[in-house]
Formats: sequence, structure tokens, C-alpha cells
Amino acid sequence: MEIREGLRYTKDHEWLRQEGDEVVIGITDYAQEQLSDIVFVELPEPGATLQAGDAFGSVEAVKAVADLYAPISGEVTAVNDAVADDPAIVNRSPYEDGWMVRAQAADAGEVESLLSAADYRALLEELGEASE
Amino acid sequence: MAETKTPEPQQSQSTEAGCPPRRSVEVIYERSLPGHRGYRLPRGAAARWEAAIDALPETLRRKRPPELPEVTEPEVVRHFIGISLLNHHVDRSLYPLGSCTMKYNPKINEELARLPGFALLHPQAPETSLQGILALLWRFERELACVVGMAAVSLHPAAGAQGEMLGMKLFRAYHRHRGHAKRKVLVPDSAHGTNPASVVLSGFEPVQIASGADGRMDLGAIRAAIDDDTAGIMVTNPNTLGLFEKEIAAVAEAIHAVDGLVYMDGANLNALVGLAQPGAMGVDIVHLNLHKTFSTPHGGGGPGSGPVAVTAELEPFLPVPIVERTEAGYRLEHGRPLSVGPLHPWCGNAGVVVRAFAYLHSLGAEGLAAVSRAAIVNANYLMKQVADSFPVAKREWCMHEFISSASWTKKHKVRVMDVAKRLLDFGFHAPTVSFPLIVPDALMIEPTETETRPTLDRFAAALREIAREVRESPERVQQAPHSTCVGRLNEAAAARRLRVRWQAAKERDDAGGA
Amino acid sequence: MSNIGHTPQEERAMLAAIGADSFETLLDQVPSALRQQKPCDLPPAQSEFELRRTLSGLAAENYDPLRSLSFLGAGFYDHIIPAAIDQIVLRSEFYTAYTPYQAEVAQGTLTTIFEFQSLICALSGMEIANASMYDGASAAAEAMLLAGSATRSERVLLAESIHPRTRGVIETYLDGSALEVLTLPERKGQVDLAALEQALTEKPAAVLLQQPNFFGLLEPLDRVAELQQRLSAETHLVVSADPLSLALLAPPADFGAQTVIGDVQPLGIPPQFGGPSAGYFATRASHARRLPGRLVAEATDAEGRRGFVLTLQTREQHIRREKATSNICTNSALMALRATIFLSLLGPTGLQEMAALCAARGQQAAERLCGIRGVARRHAGPFWREFVLTLPREAEDAVERAYEAGGVLAGVPLSRFWPERRRELLVAVTEKRTPEEIETLAETLEKVLA
Repeated sequence: MEIREGLRYTKDHEWLRQEGDEVVIGITDYAQEQLSDIVFVELPEPGATLQAGDAFGSVEAVKAVADLYAPISGEVTAVNDAVADDPAIVNRSPYEDGWMVRAQAADAGEVESLLSAADYRALLEELGEASE
Repeated sequence: MAETKTPEPQQSQSTEAGCPPRRSVEVIYERSLPGHRGYRLPRGAAARWEAAIDALPETLRRKRPPELPEVTEPEVVRHFIGISLLNHHVDRSLYPLGSCTMKYNPKINEELARLPGFALLHPQAPETSLQGILALLWRFERELACVVGMAAVSLHPAAGAQGEMLGMKLFRAYHRHRGHAKRKVLVPDSAHGTNPASVVLSGFEPVQIASGADGRMDLGAIRAAIDDDTAGIMVTNPNTLGLFEKEIAAVAEAIHAVDGLVYMDGANLNALVGLAQPGAMGVDIVHLNLHKTFSTPHGGGGPGSGPVAVTAELEPFLPVPIVERTEAGYRLEHGRPLSVGPLHPWCGNAGVVVRAFAYLHSLGAEGLAAVSRAAIVNANYLMKQVADSFPVAKREWCMHEFISSASWTKKHKVRVMDVAKRLLDFGFHAPTVSFPLIVPDALMIEPTETETRPTLDRFAAALREIAREVRESPERVQQAPHSTCVGRLNEAAAARRLRVRWQAAKERDDAGGA
Repeated sequence: MSNIGHTPQEERAMLAAIGADSFETLLDQVPSALRQQKPCDLPPAQSEFELRRTLSGLAAENYDPLRSLSFLGAGFYDHIIPAAIDQIVLRSEFYTAYTPYQAEVAQGTLTTIFEFQSLICALSGMEIANASMYDGASAAAEAMLLAGSATRSERVLLAESIHPRTRGVIETYLDGSALEVLTLPERKGQVDLAALEQALTEKPAAVLLQQPNFFGLLEPLDRVAELQQRLSAETHLVVSADPLSLALLAPPADFGAQTVIGDVQPLGIPPQFGGPSAGYFATRASHARRLPGRLVAEATDAEGRRGFVLTLQTREQHIRREKATSNICTNSALMALRATIFLSLLGPTGLQEMAALCAARGQQAAERLCGIRGVARRHAGPFWREFVLTLPREAEDAVERAYEAGGVLAGVPLSRFWPERRRELLVAVTEKRTPEEIETLAETLEKVLA
């Protein structure tokens, strides 16, 4: 299981990547593995408002469903239509092709308060899911 | 258990298993041949058909006949018998689906429910011509009330979940009557999913309460959660871990202190009949599943029947119509000003009630108690046989069912679902898997009273054999089942590309190319 | 005890084997204050033979459906039931199985559900149908909830001409939801189009009509659809359609229906004093994730062979709990199987002939009965199988007398639903009623109305 360096993480197993003044949000490799085969991704429309900690969409597997929680507040600038069409992309490439939404952060400080890769690794170890 | 031989998994495609060679499962449309038909109507007035159709407004008429299959009666029968062979069922072997109570369905009940004097009754015939069925319903309401120690029963809910919904409507009606605006209903985290869903459906807010370390309700946590906004609580007893909720009376007292109500999910009532009554536990409302506790068949997913029993205080709120006994005979009363209203097109699934009535009368009070006793003995016996291969969640005696955990198989890269699938190879149905949610990788096992000791021993031996396989040849388990009529199906692909109705080949190609 | 798996001796041995001194040991978790002290007062147990006598006795206290002549309808109908249906549903493989949670050993049930879904789609013209609901009334209530969640409007509009029980069940279901129930009045037994036009300006979540309606009349769905599409395209047009009528009538999908629901009792299910039957629920594919209840989809195994699985289970209560689309778990699969076998036997031609025969007999009966002095049809609109008569005396009284005069079940008095409609009688005429039987009804009514 991969925990990618340089990304920010949440305890709800989302990742966030800073790109210029925008952020890209997706779910972690651990999350996709726990859900296993993802069959449906529900995403907001561009222009929607994200409120840190609130659900903004959901990811559905055969026998599980997980809400997507916004790591930060902001406005959605783009959504990944490719994962809506072919949800298996999230299983294959959670950190690249399987991104979910792109957003304009309302408060840059919020990003800094998220977990680092090391913090996230520690979290998973606590869950008894140490990565190799 | 030296005397029990380790069972052999069934061989693929053996005729003993009744399994045809593996191939695509047939759909009735594939037997369709133009002009074939399986039923002839009386001839007579054929000449008037055209005129009758012409009398219907043209704008409302169908332009093309509906796309139904064209099949002769023998072909229809062969098709359904053919696919029926692909089902596991109680009459074949053990079906230990926890919380579903897959007990034997006595044959006499089917015969009696099919008497024309029950099966063909129209609900709108004059009441004087319906005295037998009204008497049966009236008596059964009282007999069930007696069983659970409550004042009154409604037979209207068509299933347990509809009974739960009625329970929540009764919460609303009661509180409205008392001038309350309470919003919260407490639900333990071990509850069936229908509980929180029923709460929401009735405009309440579910408040999930974490179970204590022993798997039961945590009285302290419940007391802490109760406030003036608490409309009541939903309690499953015995709970989904197969444990009796020892503190139920204290919980009821705390709920009643804020004028809240206690709803008991009676899905597991088959452990209690004749041994303990909800009426004595401080329960205000309890539902019973006639298709569990009272042996009516599950029918591949229904129909069921989920009668609701209530205290005298709640009786005025029950759904209409109500069967009443008067000097002139039985009648239906429709006018009850406080009633929650109707819940069913008529009076509930009377055809299911007839079967349950026959079951209750075949047993009597002592027989019903003996059934619960045997269910408890079987569950505890099986729990001890299974515990060495799949550890039991709670180290104490259970009621009618118990939870084993398959967590340990994960280190062999075997998931709980793989274990369930492997059981199918041994000719058993799998237990309920991954529920309750509070036990990781749960196998929820309910043998019911109708199983014999040798059957339980064979099932336990199969689990022991599977545990050995997990350690020694995990791929055997990961790839199971091997001997069922169809192999493991790709559920993810099915969900991603939904095909939920038959489409003729051409239409499918068009859709695929689009 | 013939259904218990062990004798008292065996029980003792089993208890010994697990180290329990007695059965009481197993019950130590039940506080003694909660233990039942004495058995409740039930009649003594009966043997199979005695039971047959008891139940046959109770059945004999009802009217004899095989000797009576029924013109009863109002939601339950006396249609043909092909013999093959009972033979098949009495297969243990079908009736003693449960919800097909383990697909590999449940292909029989899963296939029949897929077939049911397909047949319902063929009749209704919709794209997706579920594995069944309890009955048509609860299906209607679920359709209102779906419309509410899809449109976020807070009103649903129910035609006055739907079955009053359906309306009652919807009101019970919606109590506590955000949805308010409004009534669309009838005019001459059919939906009042002027009132509909006005109501649509409020953009309700749904408009529910029944086809044919409770009075047996055909609703002008074409004109309803035209108004709905022009004035409130987002409103769900929901049609409660008798599945048998759909052999002759255009599928509601042709009128832009978002959801089509109904009860499949006319398709090979005995009336059983009101239940069990099964409801059907069909809608557009775009609502798949809002669908209540079980849904079966085609799947393939590793070698590409087709089979069937439960799908989109994350909508359901056992996974999504308080966020589920519905709380339904057990549905009415065996009754849906009856309907599936029924439609397979009848086929497109048989079903059309049957529905046409109902229309022919209905028209014949209406003509004949209106020849009785003081009897007339209450409404002039087109009907299919059922119609309302106005009688020269109280309908309740007339049906009592007709039954006593010779076992003729002449119809359903509307006073049972609207007390002020004392002289109106709802008469249903199915394909089973012969011209001679219609004559018997007419002669009986002539006698009791004289």
C-alpha cells in the first residue's frame, strides 16, 4: 500500500495536493483497498462550495459506501468526470488518474493543519495496517 | 468429536448435488418461440373483443403488444423447475443465516392456507360472509398478545421493517397526543439496519449508542444520551450478538422517566417465547416476524408478516381497520380517531397469518416454549463446536444465535466472504456475513431448533476443515465456491454496467455501441 | 415435538457435551425478575389431523368462493389462476429459500427476480424495476418519497380518484416526512384537468394518478401529460397502473411517467383476504440509486457465463442504515414469482385476450345492468373492467340481499369509503364471468331492488 510523499492527508483517508493556488483532492490507496472494487463515484458540480469536514460526495463499492469529506473549505473548480464514467480508475490509480475534485481553497492555513505523509503512516499503523 | 467424519466437499457437477453442468443461467425469454402460448382463455365472446378494444379511447391504447415471452406450459414448467435446482433452501439442508431464523416450514401450514375458504376470500365480501377469517384474525391477535405479554396486537404490517415503521408512527402519534415535539430516537450500534432507516422514515433523528464491552447496551451511555427531546429507544432483544439485554428493564425505566417509549425489535423473539415476555421488560411496542418465529416460509425474500404488539395505552393508535367482536358477530371497525391510519391495502398479509395461526395451534404454549428452548440449546451446542476454529465474539452462553469472527484468516489473505463461499461447497448455506458491524469479520450463525445434533456436527466439522484449509491451502478458500451450480460472479462489473432487464440481442448491441 | 431436532435425552447429552449443567445454566443471562413464571393461556396443542379440522371449520364459516359469483373488485380481482403456478411455487427450492444473499446458491430466485423486473419493464415501458414491494399501496408511498428526494419539492398531489386505501397508506407513510399531501379533485369520476392545471403551477414533487382509476374509469393520461410537461416538467408524473390493463393500454412511459407502480394481484395471485400480494415499482434508469428495495442485475463469472446478483445494495438499509432509500428488507418475492409465471404462461397474446375479454364482459354487464329500472352508470367516461352504478336503494343493503338470495357478490358499495355515497355500487367483471353469470347478477339485482 502506497502513502505518497509530499501530499497532505486526513484521518478520513483523503489526500490533498497543492497545485499553485488550487488543491486537488482524492482518496488514499488505503481507502480504495478497504472499499475494494469501486462501482460509483458521486461528485459535486463545479462551483459547489466545500465546507471543511462536511461531506461533498460519496464513493460506492459493492457492499460499502463512504462519504467524501472536504479536507478544507473552498470552491470546486473542476471535477474528474473520468472517474464518474469509469470508477475503477480510483482503484487503479488513487493518487493520479483517480483524483476527485479540484478546488480553490478559502483559507490556505487549513492545508497546513492537515496530516503529513508521516502523520498518516502513523495513523495507519495505529489502525494495525502498517504499510510495507 | 472423533465420531464425526470430516465432511467431503461436494464434487463439481455431481448428479447427487442436482447440479447441471455449469453454463449461463437461462432466462424465460430464451425459450420464447413466435405464436407459442401456455394458457388458453375461454373461447366464447371472441367476436366482441375487437369492439371492446375499440371502445377504449384511441389515444390511450397500446400500439404494440408488450414484449412478453411466448412459451408453452410444459416449457414454462421446465424453465422454472430448471432454475429452481440452482437454489439452496431449508428443505435441502442447514440454512444458518443469523437473525433470519431459517427454520423448517411445516407442510400442513401450506395446505391449510390454500383452502379456498381462506385463499380465495375477497376482502370486500359482506362481513356476515367472512366470519371465519375475522374470527381467526381476532383470536390470533389475542394469542400473540398473550405470547408477548402485551395488551393488543395489529396484524397489519407486511414485514418486520413495516412493523418497525408502524412502531415509529406510534411514537409520533403518542407524542403528538401528549403535546410533545420530541425528535430523537436512541438506537444501539448493534441494531439491524432497518432500525435507523425506520426512524428516519418517520421524521425522527436516530442517535447511535455504542455498545458496552460485553456487547450489550451500555446503561450509562444510554442514561447520558437521554434528555427531554428523547422520543424513545429501539432495542433488539436478544440483540444481534445473540445476547439477552440484561438491563432492558432499567433502560425502559430511564426512557419512561422522560415520557419516552420503548420499541423492541422482535426479530429474535424466537429465543424468548414461553421464557420471557417483552411485556414484563417495560417494553411499550414489540414486533414479531411471523416468517421467523412462527415458521411461515421466507419465499425467496417474502412475503412476510410483522405484527406489532402494544400496551393498553397505545392501543387507540393502532392502524385501521380493527377486527371487533360484537354480539352480532365479528366486524371491522374503521373509525378510530387516534389511529395512525391505514398501513396496508386491507388488514395485513392474512394468508401468512393463517400459516402462523396453524403453527401456534400445532404447538400450544408448552410447545412454543420447547421450541425456544431447543433453539437456545442448538445455538449453544454449535457455538462450542465452532469456537475452536472461528473464535466466538463473546465468551458466554448465547441465546438463539452467536457471532464467530473470521478476523484471523486475514493474515492468510482470506476474507470472511471467502470462508462463507467455501461453506457452500460443503452443501450448507453460509451464515450472515459482516454483521453485526461491531464485530470485525462477523459470521452470524443461527441454527434454529429444527436441526439435529448430527447436522450441527457436520456443519462444525466443515468449519474446522475450512479453518485448516485457510492455513494450509488458502487459495482453495479464496477461490471458492468450486462445486456450486455457478461460479463466483463479478458483482463489481455488474454494478458498473447495470443490466437489470432482459433486452433482445439487437437492442443490446445497439446499446453497447452507443 | 415433531419439528424439534432432538429428544430430551439428546438435549441432556448435548448440554453435557458443552459443560452446561442444565438448560437453566444457559439462561443465566436472563434476570430472574424477567423470566416468565407461567405459560400464557393458549389452547392445547393440536395434531396435524386436528388442526386440519379446526382450520377447515373456520374456512367453512366464510362464504364458499368456489360456489359464489363474484363481481367484487376495488383493488382485488377474481381472475384466472393457472394451475401451473401453485405447482411451481410449492417447490421447496422457491418457497423455503430466503433473500438471495449468496448468489452462487440462489440463481433460481435471482433469475426469477430478473425476469419479474424485465416483465414489469415490458408492461410499463420503464427502464428499471425492483424485485417487488409489499403491495401497490406501499409502492405508491415509496414513489412519493422518491419524487420528494429527487425534486426537493415539499408537496405531492394525489388524485381523488385513486384507491382511498392507497391514499390512506401514503398519508400514514408520509407522516413525519417533509412532504405535504394535497388532493386533486375529481370531476365526473376522472381527474379534474382545470384543477390540475392550477395545481401544477405550485411545482409539486409528484402527481399520482391511478389507471384505470378507483371508479374503473380511464384517466386522460395524454392530456395530463401535456399539462404536466408544459407547466411543471420537474414534477414526477406517477401512475399506479393495473398491470393487466397494460396489455391494452399504452405504457405510462409513453406519457412521460417518471415512476409507474401498482399491485400485481391480478396476475395469478389469490386475493387471500387482502394479502399477501406484491407491489411493483418501475422507474427511469436515472433514478437507479434512489430505488427502494432489492434490485437484481446480470453478471458474469470468471469464464464469462451469465448469472444474476443483487446489485446497488449500498442503497439499502443493511448497508446505508439511516441514509437508506427505504427501510424495506423482506419484500414479496414469492408473490412476484407467481406474477412472473403468470405472465410467462399468458404471453403477449394471452394477456391481451384476457384484458380484452374483461373489457368486453364489463361493457356487456354495464349495458345489461343499466336496463334495470332505476339503475344507471354513475359516470359517462370510458372504462375497462369496472364501473360504478347508481342504484334506486342503498347499495350496502342491496349487496347483503344479493348475497343472501343466492351467493351473488354483486359489488362493493362506495359508502364503505365515502359514507355519503350510499347508493353507489362498484362492479368488477373479469374474464371469468360468463354471459349467463352476468344475467344471474342482473336478475338477482332486479329482485333485490324491486
